[in-house]
Amino acid sequence: MRTLKYNQAISEATVQCMKNDPNVFVAGIGVKDPGGIFGTTEEANELFPDRVFDIPNCENAFAGITIGAAAVGKRPLIVHPRNDFMFLSTDMLINLAAKWKYMYQNGTSVPVVTRAVVGRGWGQGATHSQSTHALFAHFPGLYVATPAFPSDIKGLMVTALTGDVPVVILESRAVYGLEDEVPEEPVAIPFGKGRIIREGTDVTIVGASLMAYEALRAAAILSEQHGISAEVIDPRSIRPLDEEIILKSIAKTRHLVVADTSWATYGFAAEVAAVASEKGFADLQAPVRRVTLPDSPAPVSKPLEDAFHPTPMSIAQACLGVLRQEVQVTSHVRDVQEAFAGPY
Amino acid sequence: MIRIRVAEETVGRYYPEQEMRTPTHFSIGQEAISVGVCQALEQTDAAFSGHRCHAEYLAKGGSLLGMFAELYGRVDGCCKGRGGSVHLNDPSVGMIASSAILGEMIAAGVGAAWAFKMDGSDRVAVTFFGDGVTEEGIMHESLNFASVMNVPVLFVCANNGLSTNTPLSVRQPRGHQIWKWAAGYNIASEHVDGSDVFAVHKAALRAVAHLRAGKGPYFIEAPYYRTRVHVGYETDEMKNYLFRSKETVEAGKALDPVLKATRKMIADGICTQAEVDEWTAAMVREVEDVVVQAKASPFPTVDQLLVGAY
Ligand SMILES: Cc1ncc(C[n+]2csc(CCOP(=O)(O)OP(=O)(O)O)c2C)c(N)n1
Repeated sequence: MRTLKYNQAISEATVQCMKNDPNVFVAGIGVKDPGGIFGTTEEANELFPDRVFDIPNCENAFAGITIGAAAVGKRPLIVHPRNDFMFLSTDMLINLAAKWKYMYQNGTSVPVVTRAVVGRGWGQGATHSQSTHALFAHFPGLYVATPAFPSDIKGLMVTALTGDVPVVILESRAVYGLEDEVPEEPVAIPFGKGRIIREGTDVTIVGASLMAYEALRAAAILSEQHGISAEVIDPRSIRPLDEEIILKSIAKTRHLVVADTSWATYGFAAEVAAVASEKGFADLQAPVRRVTLPDSPAPVSKPLEDAFHPTPMSIAQACLGVLRQEVQVTSHVRDVQEAFAGPY
Repeated sequence: MIRIRVAEETVGRYYPEQEMRTPTHFSIGQEAISVGVCQALEQTDAAFSGHRCHAEYLAKGGSLLGMFAELYGRVDGCCKGRGGSVHLNDPSVGMIASSAILGEMIAAGVGAAWAFKMDGSDRVAVTFFGDGVTEEGIMHESLNFASVMNVPVLFVCANNGLSTNTPLSVRQPRGHQIWKWAAGYNIASEHVDGSDVFAVHKAALRAVAHLRAGKGPYFIEAPYYRTRVHVGYETDEMKNYLFRSKETVEAGKALDPVLKATRKMIADGICTQAEVDEWTAAMVREVEDVVVQAKASPFPTVDQLLVGAY
């Protein structure tokens, strides 16, 4: 199968959905810029310039504006170059988009699809590198996806842009350059279905977004240097969450580590740990361990930033911990964004 | 102004070394607005800025070493390497905060001014922002609140006609002027040439007198020309005029506020070109010295990561 980079897969999904449905339109700050939001909106703008809209700075109203458009039949695809800007959109997404289908019970649904980039590294700092996935996933009525691989984001976008549920898709800036096989056709991937991205028998690692990729690298360290076989699960969508795939895996491996790009408290990792303890307690031979951000906002200074983000090494160390092995992970793998030369 | 210009050009020179790892929005071209306004303030007055905050931080009296060390992520940085380019502050000189999320500091500026009013103090607050911010709902909510509560806040809109790369024509009604929004909220407002530091300063003096007299908020819109890309040190030329035409760029150069100010001062016999060159050379020495100090400043150690979160 041919391969695409993550941003190319987004672009392809966008263009194919626009071809298939004239109601799909793209809007957001800078989507018509040369380069188009890290290469994701350029082709859509070339092919459908009248359906790609650069907009004023108005995240709050605009979320509501697209909800109104969706309520009368449009399929807005909104793009935010950083998901931190979506804090301004939360009222509209949570009090309107997430509620209408349930509350009205008469077919009123607003399938607005919001794509937003999660920044990382190179000093993006406290307000440009957070991930809002747990926040949006808290509220029933929204679907939230954190795809890490090109084929997954393409397939989830296809589902989002043809379904009737409002969706938030969060994309880690760090995986934009990753390349993988992607089907040429717009093949839908359902929400609520995770994927085993590496099979293993000793410990399960669940990783959302970038952490799925980092968990794969952790699994490689564990196998090469510690003879441990880790199974890696990428949930792909965190609401709905594929509980079954996680529970089945821990029934096999009996150990669970959850890695996340956000904080532990009230977060995605807490949710997975709760599912495991409520529904898989008998299978677990050790407490679940969470690998998450330390409890501070993101610092800018490089040594602090390097210590801030979970790494394959910290995930591998946590796996050794739940397996009650005292050894330290000594190997070092390149930072996922080592080649990133800033600024944005 | 020369000091700020030299500082920013120095940042631009060292930025490609990849040692200042912090997305940076250069203030080059905008100095007249920052300086013209801050010169009308007391140190005890409060200032707020946005992502493009270097000039305002320095104009309000923020430490040069604090800025450079912050860009290098060192312990001598004004935020000890935690905040980066877009979050410069120095409360000791009244530079209360900067923020990288559009619009937040407009509300914060109103809040500070409201607090001064509650205390019966004659302190005032100023909040600097770009034209792009004026589209955010928060500006309109803040203007309304400030007007209703009659608080001593000066809104300064540094209008470079662009939000990232999107021109005003795509973002705001044709023929509209930003200051008229403020006027619509019954706020005293004016439009002044943002490339002319003397004109900005006079407007700021009028504004501050108005604020201190308890006459309510004031709004200044000052157009200027942004000389670099939105984020990063590159010029349009280096980007092959991808975003703006060569003609626009050439026309913009004529609006260089530092050149305009020094030319006028020389023409008025206030100083000579030789003196200007001397000041510039002295600033270059000062800034280069600060760069050396900033680079010699240690990085924070990892045990500091959680310090100060609460
Ligand atoms: C709420 C929010 N939306 C979008 C952005 C991304 N952004 C950062 S700067 C900027 C342009 C702002 O333009 P303007 O206010 O005119 O300031 P300038 O950069 O021209 O100084 C944008 C859109 C942001 N930081 N915050």
